[in-house]
Amino acid sequence: MCEFCFAPLEVVYDYERIASEMSRSSIAEGPRSIWRYAPLLPGGEDRVDLGAGMTPLVRAPRLAAELGLRELWLKNDTANPTHSFKDRVVSVALTVARSFGYTTVACASTGNLANAVAAHAAASGLDAYIFIPADLEAGKVVATAIYGPRLIAVKGTYDDVNRLCSEIAGEFEWAFVNVNIRPYYAEGSKSLAFEVVEQLGWQAPDHVIVPIASGSLLTKIKRGLDELVRVGLIDGHSTRISGAQATGCAPVATAFKSGTDHIRPVKPATIAKSLAIGNPADGFYAVRAARETGGAIEDVSDEEVVDGIQLLARTEGIFAETAGGVVIATLRRLCEAGVVRPDERTVALITGDGLKTIEAVTERAHPTMVIPPRLDEFQTQLDLLGEGADA
Amino acid sequence: MSVSVKIPTPLRRVTGGASQVNGAGNTIGELITDLERQFPGMRERLCDETGALRRFVNVFVGDEDIRFLEGLDTVLSDDAQVSIIPAVAGGCGPQTA
Repeated sequence: MCEFCFAPLEVVYDYERIASEMSRSSIAEGPRSIWRYAPLLPGGEDRVDLGAGMTPLVRAPRLAAELGLRELWLKNDTANPTHSFKDRVVSVALTVARSFGYTTVACASTGNLANAVAAHAAASGLDAYIFIPADLEAGKVVATAIYGPRLIAVKGTYDDVNRLCSEIAGEFEWAFVNVNIRPYYAEGSKSLAFEVVEQLGWQAPDHVIVPIASGSLLTKIKRGLDELVRVGLIDGHSTRISGAQATGCAPVATAFKSGTDHIRPVKPATIAKSLAIGNPADGFYAVRAARETGGAIEDVSDEEVVDGIQLLARTEGIFAETAGGVVIATLRRLCEAGVVRPDERTVALITGDGLKTIEAVTERAHPTMVIPPRLDEFQTQLDLLGEGADA
Repeated sequence: MSVSVKIPTPLRRVTGGASQVNGAGNTIGELITDLERQFPGMRERLCDETGALRRFVNVFVGDEDIRFLEGLDTVLSDDAQVSIIPAVAGGCGPQTA
């Protein structure tokens, strides 16, 4: 960060040189991971790489029909090595950390980042200290601890954890991926924008719906699109970028709707824990990016979040964590309001796997029937559902 | 009112390396005035040209962010522990298409 005012620093690239060296065909010949875009990412050749990136971009006709959209795509980042988009940023952050000579990495996390740092550290022989709120979903705790890091559960909210890590980062010579390495780490998110454009046949979408926690992902989607233009991989873009928050933690949506860029912190109270950052450091930039691109930022209730998870699962066969539910519910809200227009080629980012947050949907997802192993029982129950042989 | 103030690493250059200092004031605003008196240059590190707290500076009284309290008007008690902690953003530079 800037030593004077604490504002974030930026990674700077030599775009002219990159433009002369990088082409659509050179990218096509690259690895099937975020590193096919290596010239536009920080870090050297000695990479910490579990294969993050190049996740499926799938057409979603059934969900599109439900929402009244002509063309909807889902970027399915549940397909990453630890099942969330955080593998992208962590692959970059640990690559940079190791090149700087760090032997210990650390992070403050709402869960997905914890999983990703633990796995990448294990695979690269780096020591890891991972700080999480003590009330995190069991799936995220287990899917971190299994890789063998030092896992510190802090009795407090994510914002408390983040504050503690800011203090620890000042005292220890560790690479905190989302504190002192953050400018590099955040750059990894651009790969989502790069991939979406490449997978759409080198065309930028008309509208992208992005979940907001710190606000970093949304701002980096814009930066990624802008950079593709800058290095000549696409001629231009007029992509609108909209953000999605849960009402129980919506400081960025509130600022957007109030017409201000001043983010007033909140105390989170939502099931969407991976988005529950009450004092989002990049919120200011996210509001600015949404406004500049003609997008919007909306928030949805926890009930709508669960509805969104179910809607996505039953129409398109993708089981998303709560952040994905926030995105789908927000997309529905924005379609109803006419903000997302029916004729727009729209992409929704599904950033994490539903198996990480099964608590959110357990009450709504259970066996249709529980029967003894007898055919007559099955037929009786089927009749009760109105689905028997005669139905 | 005398309170203890935790200083983050980037600000220790201003405090001569001290990680903890004492300051006086009935409110956070008065405390910053006193810190500026003791450690010239402190105010401009914490506040912008309008006098408001900088966007990426968080000030806590105990465990509470002063943005949840009365901001710079937050009243201090004698045993208060004040912490200055930078917010850490990823940033989105001036890059334009």
